[in-house]
Amino acid sequence: MAAGTAMSSYWRGVRDGLPFLAVVGPFAMLFGVLATEAGLAVHETMGFSIVVIAGAAQFTALQLLNENAPTLVVIASALAVNLRMAMYSASITPHLGPLPLWKRGIAAYFLVDQTYAQSVLDYERNPDQTTSEKFAYFLGVMSPICPPWYLFTFIGAVLGERIPPSLGLDFALPIAFLAMIGPMLRTPAHRIAALVSVILALAFAWLPFNMGLLVAGLGGMIAGAQAETRLGIKP
Amino acid sequence: MTDTTELWTVIIALGLGSFGLRFAFLGLVGDRAMPEWLLRHLRYTAVAVIPALVAPLVLWPTVTGGEPDATRLAAAAATFAVGYLTKNVFAAMGVGATVLVSLSLLL
Repeated sequence: MAAGTAMSSYWRGVRDGLPFLAVVGPFAMLFGVLATEAGLAVHETMGFSIVVIAGAAQFTALQLLNENAPTLVVIASALAVNLRMAMYSASITPHLGPLPLWKRGIAAYFLVDQTYAQSVLDYERNPDQTTSEKFAYFLGVMSPICPPWYLFTFIGAVLGERIPPSLGLDFALPIAFLAMIGPMLRTPAHRIAALVSVILALAFAWLPFNMGLLVAGLGGMIAGAQAETRLGIKP
Repeated sequence: MTDTTELWTVIIALGLGSFGLRFAFLGLVGDRAMPEWLLRHLRYTAVAVIPALVAPLVLWPTVTGGEPDATRLAAAAATFAVGYLTKNVFAAMGVGATVLVSLSLLL
């Protein structure tokens, strides 16, 4: 394994991860601002972003802390939002599983929506990569996403200014995710999986503790796998 | 709102729990071969979870108290359409953000 190919994979990852900075930045700043407004000190806000490093779960926890929900409910709800991380972990294991344990630990810590989605997209597009190249690519994608997550949380927390809701910053997360969905819909099976998951998510949105997300995720996965088998689609 | 002990309990429990979820398969399964039926389902993880995460946020934004909002619906539709047609994540985000900001300022 030449170090050169790993380095070029790393920089290819940096390039592919860079666009996400445009959404991670505002989103992290928004968390910093909202956490400060909810009464958290700067170091507590930073603790959230560094220890938890999961936007949607952090916002969920913040919301419930603000409503003075019981500690256990706060933890359980935010973890439910993060259950998809276990699915990401399983999904990326065929690619990064052969790595030594400590590297898998590093990959696990940095496994967030954007690093997962972009890396798996690339592994499927370029299946001939070695494990080292895949890990280097993953670290490359992570570089413009995770350190800026800390940095912009800090900036948001320090500024602590009210960002006018009319600017629609709350919508940075949906925009980021929506942008990723289009390129994922490569086959009819992918389109069926997405469609079923949207219908289930809306139909089961009333379930408590974000269980609707889990129902929809599982339903969409089953629909995709079934479509692949029954329609004879090449993955 | 909250006392410091409770806050750090939440932060640390969430951190450990989230790492546990992320490490579950990657750390424990490693390079052992996984059965084909499982891999077939896992191929659709992202495409099943992310639309499910987004759909309620698009239709019922928290900021408007759950009322559908024309600006956000338009931005969402533009983002998805550009992403689907161009397969370019950056172009989709750019167009979506532009639609969102310009409509927010206009309306």
